[in-house]
Amino acid sequence: MVRTDQAERQPSHTKLVRRLVLIAIGMFGFGFAMWPLYNVFCDLTGLGGRGVKVVENAGELEVSDRQIKIRFDATVNSALPWVFQPKEKAMVVSLGEMSEALYLAMNVADEPLTGRATYNVTPPEASLYFVKTECFCFTEQVLLANESREMPVYYFIQPDLPEHIKEITLSYTFYLDDNTSSVAQASSSDQ
Amino acid sequence: MSIESTHSHDNDAHPAAPGDHHDHKPTGFFNRWLFTTNHKDIGTLYLVFALIMFFIGGGMAMVIRAELFMPGLQLVEPDFFNQMTTMHALVMVFGAVMPAWVGFANWMIPLMIGAPDMALPRMNNWSFWILPFAFTMLLSTLFMDSGGPAAGWTLYPPLSLQGGQSFAFVVFAIHMMGISSIMGSINVIATILNMRAPGMTLLRMPLFVWTWLITAYLLIAVMPVLAGAVTMLLTDHFFGTSFFNAAGGGDPVMFQHIFWFFGHPEVYIMILPAFGVVSEIIPTFARKPLFGYAAMVFATASIAFLSFIVWAHHMFTVGMPLMGELFFMYATMLIAVPTGVKVFNWVSTMWKGSMTFETPMLFAIGFVVLFTIGGLSGLMLAIASVDLQYHDTYFVVAHFHYVLVPGAVFALMAGTYYWLPKWTGHMYSETWGKIHFWVSTISVNILFFPQHYLGLAGMPRRIPDYSTQFADFNMISSIGGFIFGASQLIFVGVIVHCVYKSRKAAQGLVWEGGKGLEWTLSSPPPYHSFNTPPLIDPTTISHPEEAH
Repeated sequence: MVRTDQAERQPSHTKLVRRLVLIAIGMFGFGFAMWPLYNVFCDLTGLGGRGVKVVENAGELEVSDRQIKIRFDATVNSALPWVFQPKEKAMVVSLGEMSEALYLAMNVADEPLTGRATYNVTPPEASLYFVKTECFCFTEQVLLANESREMPVYYFIQPDLPEHIKEITLSYTFYLDDNTSSVAQASSSDQ
Repeated sequence: MSIESTHSHDNDAHPAAPGDHHDHKPTGFFNRWLFTTNHKDIGTLYLVFALIMFFIGGGMAMVIRAELFMPGLQLVEPDFFNQMTTMHALVMVFGAVMPAWVGFANWMIPLMIGAPDMALPRMNNWSFWILPFAFTMLLSTLFMDSGGPAAGWTLYPPLSLQGGQSFAFVVFAIHMMGISSIMGSINVIATILNMRAPGMTLLRMPLFVWTWLITAYLLIAVMPVLAGAVTMLLTDHFFGTSFFNAAGGGDPVMFQHIFWFFGHPEVYIMILPAFGVVSEIIPTFARKPLFGYAAMVFATASIAFLSFIVWAHHMFTVGMPLMGELFFMYATMLIAVPTGVKVFNWVSTMWKGSMTFETPMLFAIGFVVLFTIGGLSGLMLAIASVDLQYHDTYFVVAHFHYVLVPGAVFALMAGTYYWLPKWTGHMYSETWGKIHFWVSTISVNILFFPQHYLGLAGMPRRIPDYSTQFADFNMISSIGGFIFGASQLIFVGVIVHCVYKSRKAAQGLVWEGGKGLEWTLSSPPPYHSFNTPPLIDPTTISHPEEAH
């Protein structure tokens, strides 16, 4: 009886340790899995204000008579020497109405720079009803030295927007795109 | 089954215990300490390492308190101040408290469950000896051109990514600490699940063993998540990925989610073994069985479970939806229930007990009272609507120092005084132990209590200067800090005296009310103990049912 007790005991170390190491490796993977999971979660729930839909062609829209105020906000990361602001701070639109908002960006540096804009909608819940057909944030933007440009956003708000949302803020932040900026600089210095 | 027959089985069947046949220690300093696979030696190494780190981290705290003694910038550059706050936390969390608990686990778990050694003795040696290298690497960043990490121990991007090249050293140091903790935990789980003496059923285990079993599972579950998070920071910093870089489509808030998914269980990793130690000490000196043993086990397990679903209470201000704030608020407040059960049980154990107040008991009672203060301020912080005011102020600093210093650290000291005679075979000086307790307890309150007021008045944390209205409380707090720091020299003095000078030999049963297997051995226990599994009966289990 003593012998079998011992015989049972030793192999179980290996089995248990193998299982525990697998848990540890799995949790290491879980940390990384958070990245796609977080994005999927945010897109589905609209949390984080990033649930904005993108459609190529809006087609026929049903315009409701309910109106809502949209505010526009602009920020530039300190690493990017641009001036960036909305042309109008706010506008009132009807739900379902295709609208255009204009932002103005200017590169005040003496070299061409590439920027990339990220966006955010507040309240986050509203982002699920925000539809963009075209936006300067879809691609990287190159501004030559001292160039300024108007940047449009085409969007509409779905008519089924919940009643308790009275106002929506659309916010953009421009960041320096390091990788492509150095390419742009390299090609401009070649010329 | 018959306990007798298993109990008398022969030693050679136990390959897990090296050198079973002789009770001799390996000769030579290096053989003994560098290559040791003995759980007692490794436990001692962990504890000495933790004590050294406690003083290094404490030295950093002294720099912080000295700078905050008066408003204005007097002693250090703001960037160095930030390095001090960051390193103080990293050293204390990963270098002092966690290794100290692993040291206790190494020493006590085999003695408490009647095992000859830890299950995986060679891995045990490795998991300790990684640590000095990890911390040499971490501390060396202070002497590098770009300086040590200065973005807080939470390493939030984008700030943490603005550090220099030394950041890579910080990340690799954290990887090594993580590997060490995971190996230590695997060892603890394997020991507890596979090596208990026959008759030592799970619900007969001492609470310290129970709390460590649950802690070890927490460690295995969350240390890899931290390793993943810092790896992502590393690749964002050096290899151009954009996990947390908004410009590249990442999200810095996601780091906070991942970090606190690790970070909240981490705080229970530091406190659960403390609950265990206190649950061993209070019954001994109250001379009564622990009140509600099973409730204690289930409370520990529920705290561990809840710790996984409350992480976002550290980030109420990031702009969560209302439902999220409510969920994390209520889930957090729920933790007060099992914690309250524990405090109630400790108090009930003392109720009508024949109490005496030796140093371990003093520290254990100090723990119960002061940890509860920290728990209450934690409940205040859990209320999402008022947390908007408390967030990132000294109120938070006061809260987590109350649960960690007179909480976890006091329990470590209580445990040290409780088992030091068992480990060394000598009694420590009771007079100096009591002086250490009283000076520490008074000064720790002078140190941290005023910080509640500073935080409520709006003083932000991690800033080297402050508005003059905060001057008086900061000066009081700094004075308390210096006294507390100095009083730890008494602690070292008591330990050194006990190990090398004390003439008073300790009995096997050091404390009259002591229950459990460790007290059935001589003091100090033989180098290889329980080569033959001990007999488990109601007199040798540490928490027998209370007679009704």
